[in-house]
Amino acid sequence: MQNNIIDIEKEAIESIAQADDSDQLEQLSIKYLGRKGVLTKFLRNISSLPESERPSAGQNANILKGKLDTAFKAAFLRLEALDDKGPAGIDVTLPGRPVQQGALHPITQVAKEISDIFLRLGFDIAESPEVETDYYNFEALNIPKYHPARDMQDTFYVSENIVLRTHTSPSQPRVMESTNPPVRIISPGKVFRCDSDLTHTPMFYQIEGLMVDENISFGDLKGILTTFVHQFFDKETSLRFRPSFFPFTEPSAEVDIRCVMCKGQGCRICSKTGWLEVLGSGMVHPAVFENVGYDTDKYTGFAFGVGIERMAMLKYGIDDIRKFYENDIRFLGQF
Amino acid sequence: MKVSLSWLKEYIPVDLEPSVIAEKLTMAGLEVDAVEERYDYLNHVVVARVDAVKKHPNADKLSVCTVDAGGEQQIQIVCGAPNVREGMFVPCALPGAVLPGDVKIKKGKLRGEVSQGMLCSAAELRLNSDASGIMDLDGEFVTGIPLAQALNVSDTVFEIDLTPNRPDCLSYIGVAREVRAFMEPKQPLRLPDFTLANDKIGNESIHEYATVQIKDPDLCPRYSAGLLLDVTIKPSPFWLQQRLESIGLTPINNVVDITNFVMMETGQPLHAFDFDEVAKGQIIIRRAGSDTDFTTLDSKDHTLEPDMLMICDGERPVALAGVMGGENSEISDDTTRVLVESAYFNPVSIRKTAKKTGIATDASHRFERGGDPDGTVKALKRAVSLMAQLCDATIARDIIDEYPNKAVPLEIDVNTDRLNIRLGTDLDADAIHEILSSVGFEVEKTHAAQLKVGVPFFRVDVTRPEDLSEEVARLWGYNNIKTRYPLVPAEGRPLDPKILLREKLRQIMIGFSFFEAINYNFIHEKFCDNLNLRGDDQRRRVETILNPISDQMSVLRTSMIPGLLETMKRNISQQTISLKVFEIGKIFYATQKGFLPEEHEMMAGLMTGNRSVQSWHSKKSDVDFFDLKGVAEGLLGAFKVKNPVFEPVVDDTCPYFKTGYTALVKSGDHLIGTLGRIDDKVLKNFGLKQAAFVFDFSLKSILEVLPDVVEAEPLPRFPSVSRDITIIVDRSVMVGAILKQLDLISQRETLIERVFLFDAFEGHPLAEDKKSLSFRVIYRSANKTLTEKNIKKLHTKISTAVLDQFDGDLPE
Repeated sequence: MQNNIIDIEKEAIESIAQADDSDQLEQLSIKYLGRKGVLTKFLRNISSLPESERPSAGQNANILKGKLDTAFKAAFLRLEALDDKGPAGIDVTLPGRPVQQGALHPITQVAKEISDIFLRLGFDIAESPEVETDYYNFEALNIPKYHPARDMQDTFYVSENIVLRTHTSPSQPRVMESTNPPVRIISPGKVFRCDSDLTHTPMFYQIEGLMVDENISFGDLKGILTTFVHQFFDKETSLRFRPSFFPFTEPSAEVDIRCVMCKGQGCRICSKTGWLEVLGSGMVHPAVFENVGYDTDKYTGFAFGVGIERMAMLKYGIDDIRKFYENDIRFLGQF
Repeated sequence: MKVSLSWLKEYIPVDLEPSVIAEKLTMAGLEVDAVEERYDYLNHVVVARVDAVKKHPNADKLSVCTVDAGGEQQIQIVCGAPNVREGMFVPCALPGAVLPGDVKIKKGKLRGEVSQGMLCSAAELRLNSDASGIMDLDGEFVTGIPLAQALNVSDTVFEIDLTPNRPDCLSYIGVAREVRAFMEPKQPLRLPDFTLANDKIGNESIHEYATVQIKDPDLCPRYSAGLLLDVTIKPSPFWLQQRLESIGLTPINNVVDITNFVMMETGQPLHAFDFDEVAKGQIIIRRAGSDTDFTTLDSKDHTLEPDMLMICDGERPVALAGVMGGENSEISDDTTRVLVESAYFNPVSIRKTAKKTGIATDASHRFERGGDPDGTVKALKRAVSLMAQLCDATIARDIIDEYPNKAVPLEIDVNTDRLNIRLGTDLDADAIHEILSSVGFEVEKTHAAQLKVGVPFFRVDVTRPEDLSEEVARLWGYNNIKTRYPLVPAEGRPLDPKILLREKLRQIMIGFSFFEAINYNFIHEKFCDNLNLRGDDQRRRVETILNPISDQMSVLRTSMIPGLLETMKRNISQQTISLKVFEIGKIFYATQKGFLPEEHEMMAGLMTGNRSVQSWHSKKSDVDFFDLKGVAEGLLGAFKVKNPVFEPVVDDTCPYFKTGYTALVKSGDHLIGTLGRIDDKVLKNFGLKQAAFVFDFSLKSILEVLPDVVEAEPLPRFPSVSRDITIIVDRSVMVGAILKQLDLISQRETLIERVFLFDAFEGHPLAEDKKSLSFRVIYRSANKTLTEKNIKKLHTKISTAVLDQFDGDLPE
C-alpha cells in the first residue's frame, strides 16, 4: 500500500510534466483527482486496510492530493503562458500611448560626429563669424583682390569689403591672431556661395581644421586625415592624396576616398572613377603665417576643410543636397 | 583645358595607355576630369557597299542607291555624289548619327524616294578636306563594321581641370613637360622651331612700316610684334583645322587659326591686326584715359574706364589689351598685311578689364593667370613662320621687341633638411635635384643640404622654398610620403559654454518631440513687412546682399520666425499639418556700412496642428498657447533658470504675435525670450491659415541667467501636509499676480514648501465676470511632522491675504 502511493505520485508528476496542452492536463486531473480518479479510489480502499495502517495511509493520500493540486495549478499556468488566447485581461497587442522623440537635423548629427572625432584627437572647437570681412575671408588667406583664385568661390557681398564667408577658413587667421602656437582647432559652420542647382545650395556647412606646431609635416596631415576617414567611414576605406591648389596652403592636397558606394568599382556617385573627393587640405602657406605674425622658420602646420553635406550624403545615401534645407519632416525624421 | 593625345604626341613621344596618362596627370596635380574619344561622332557611321545605283526619277543630280550596310536587309539611300558607283565601299551614316555641324541623320524621303541614311564624303565626316564626292574606301571590308575601326582613326581628348596656379599648363608644351616628368626613361621635348632661321625673310624691315611705344610699362612690361606682307586670307589647311576642332575650337581663317594654334601650343596669346587699319603704323600701349567707347571684334560696345589698358594706333584704340581685339582692325577676307602682337601684360590689369567688361577669352584667361615674359618672341616667330607658309605671305625683316623693364630671373635657395621636415620625407639633395630638374628648374647643389634653384619664367606659381616643396611632393608622389601621427600633449581645455548650451538645448528639444530644422540665413526682402514690424523696429536693421540669388533670398534674417513659418508652409503643402520644429541659428543686425553686422545666436520653435500623435488613446486636439508655454517652462526648468517669469506683453514689441496671446520670458529682470501665437494677418502674409505658436530665445541671454553651480539639497525627513484655497475673483485678475503674491508669502514663511494652481474654472454657476481658482499649499517642517494645529493659523492667514488683496470671495 505504501509502495502503491509512491508509485501513484511518481507516475502522476511525470505525466503532468509531460502534458503539453490544457486538455491533456484536464484529462490527467480527472484521472487522478476526479470522483472516479485514482486517488479517490485509493481513499475509498483505505477502509479495507488493517486498522493500524489506515491513519498513515489516509495522511499520505491527503498529502499527495495537496502535492498534485499544486502541480496541476503550476502546469495550467505554464500552459496558459504558452497559450495565445490566454485568460481575460487587457489586449496587450493594442498600440501603446505614443511618446514621440524628435530628431536632430542630419547635418547637426554628422557635424557632431566629425567634431567628436577631432575632439578625441586633441583638437578644440573655435567658431568664427558667418559674415566676414574681405580681409579674413580672402586677403589674410593669401587671396588678394583680382586673384584668379577668387573665381573658385562665387561670393555673396554685403558691401565692398563685407562678404558672407565662402569657407570656414577665416577661422584660421582669426584664431592664430589671438593664440600662440601650438594650435589645434576645428571650426564647424555655415558657409555661403552664390550657386544654386542640383548639386549646390547657396548655403552649406564645412568643418575647418588647423594644426600648427614645430615640425608638423605633410606626413602628419596624412596621419590625422587618415585617422579621421577611418573613424568616420571604416578602417578598410583607402585614401588617396592628390595635388591641388588652395592659395593658403602649400603643398595643397585633395583627399579622395575609395567610393563607399561601389567600393571602387566605379558607379554613378563617383562618376565611374572609383574615388570620391571628400576633403581639401595642405600645409599652411607661409604667407598666412606672416599675416598673423607667426615665425615661419619655427612653425609649420596643416589645415583642412570637409564639406558636411557631402559626408552626410555618403553616410546616409542621400542623392539631392537640396533636401537638407527643405526641412520636410518626412526627411528629417529618418535620421 | 582640352588636350588631344595625337597633338600632344607632337611634343612628347608618349605611348602609355590614355587611362594611365590620365591617372598620372591627375596625381601630378593636373586633374583629368574626362577622357573622351574624339571620334565618338562616328558611332553610327558604318562601312557599306553600294550594290546598285539608278537614277532618281524626280531629280537629275540624285541617284537612288541600294546599299548593304551590314543589316539583314539592304537599305535604300538617296545620294547626290557624282562618284557613286556600284561595288564601292563607302562610309554610311545610319539614322541616329549626328555628324559635325550638328547634322542629324534621320530616315526620310528625298523628292519622293525613301532614304534610310547618308553616304558621306570625307569632309562631311571631318576626316579630310575632300568634299568632291563620297569617300571611296580602298580595299575590301566587312559591311556594317564601324568606320572608325575600319580606318583605324582614333584620338583621345583629355579634359584637364587646371588649378589657377598653373597657367604654364594652359599649353601643349606645358602639358608635355608634365608628361615627360613621369615618363621613364625621360625623353627630350620635341619643340617646334622658334627661330626664323629656316624661313625666307623679305627685304623690307618692319621698322620701315611700324613703330611700337609702351606708355604704361607697369601694365605692359613687354610687347613684341612682327609684320607679314602680301598675305592671302583663306581657310586653313585641313590639318590645322583638325587640330583646332579636336579641342573644340572653330576654325575661322588661316591667320586667326594660326594665332589660336600657337597660343594652344605655347600658352602665349597672340593677336593679329589688319595692318592697313592701324593708323600711321603706330602701336601705342597706354591706359584708356579719356577714351570712353570701344567696340570689340564680336561687335559689342563697351564703356571704357580710364585705367583699362588699351592697344592704340596713331589715332584710336584698336584692342582691349590682352582681352579682345577691336572690330576696327580685325582680320577680314581682304586683309593683305598683318601685324602680329605677342605681349606680356600685368595680370591684375587684365583681370580687372575682363571682369569689368564681362569678357572672358582664352587670351584673358591666360594673361590674368600670368604668362611667360620670356616667351613672347618665341611664340611670335613661330606664328610668323606658320603664316609665311600657310598664308603665302612674306615676312618683313626684323621684329619689334619693346621690353623696357626686363624681368629678373628668380633664384630660390632651398634647404633640403627643412624641405624634408615640411614634407615628412627623407630625400637627399641629389634626389630633389633630379625631381626639380625634370620639370625645367635649373638646379645647382651649393652645399650638402643646400640647392640653388633657378625658376623658369613660365612657373609663375613658384616664388619661395615652400612652393618648391610642393613640386617635390607632387612629383615624388603624395602617396609615397609616409603617413605619420603627430604627438599631441594630453592637455585639455573646456569647450566654449555656448557650444555646450547649444548641444544641451538640442537634446532637450528632441526629447520634447521637436524636429530640428535648418533654414537659410538669407530670406525674402519683404520679411519685415510680412512680420508687421513697425517702421522703427530694430529688426529692420537688415543687411542686404548685393548679389542675391533671388528676391526670396536677398536679405539676412533678423528674426528666426520667417524661416519657421516657411518650414511650416512647406510641410503643410506636403500634408504634414502637425508640426513641432525648432531651429538654432544666427540673426544679423546691420551696424555701420563697411562694418560687420552683429551676430546673435537664437533658438526658435514652432508648434502647430495636433497636440499629440494621433492614436486610439486620445481624441484629436489642437496645440494651444499652454502647450508652447509648457515647452518653454520645461526648457527653463531643465537649465535650472532661477525665477522664470512670463509677462504679458501690452505694447507692440512683438507685432507678429496676436494681441493678448504674447508673453515675454524673463528671469528676474533679464529678458531671455518671447513666445506667442502668430497674428492672423502675419499667417496670411506667409500663406498660412492654421494657428501657429512660436517662441524664440537668445542663447546669450540664457547663458547669462544660468546658475553658476547647482547645489544638492537634502531630502526632507518629515512628511508634508497640503491644504487648498479656492477663491472666486474677477476674470481680469491674472493668475500670475496671485501666484506672485503667494510666492512672496512663502518666502517669508518657512513652513510653506510650495504653492501651485490645481484648478481654474469659469462659467455656470459662476457669474459671467467671475472665475474660480484653486491653489494647493504644501506645508512641511524640517523638524517634525506637522499637525492640523501647526498650520491652521498660517493657512487662514494666507487665504485671507489673498482674498483681501484680490477682492475675492470664498465659494458658497
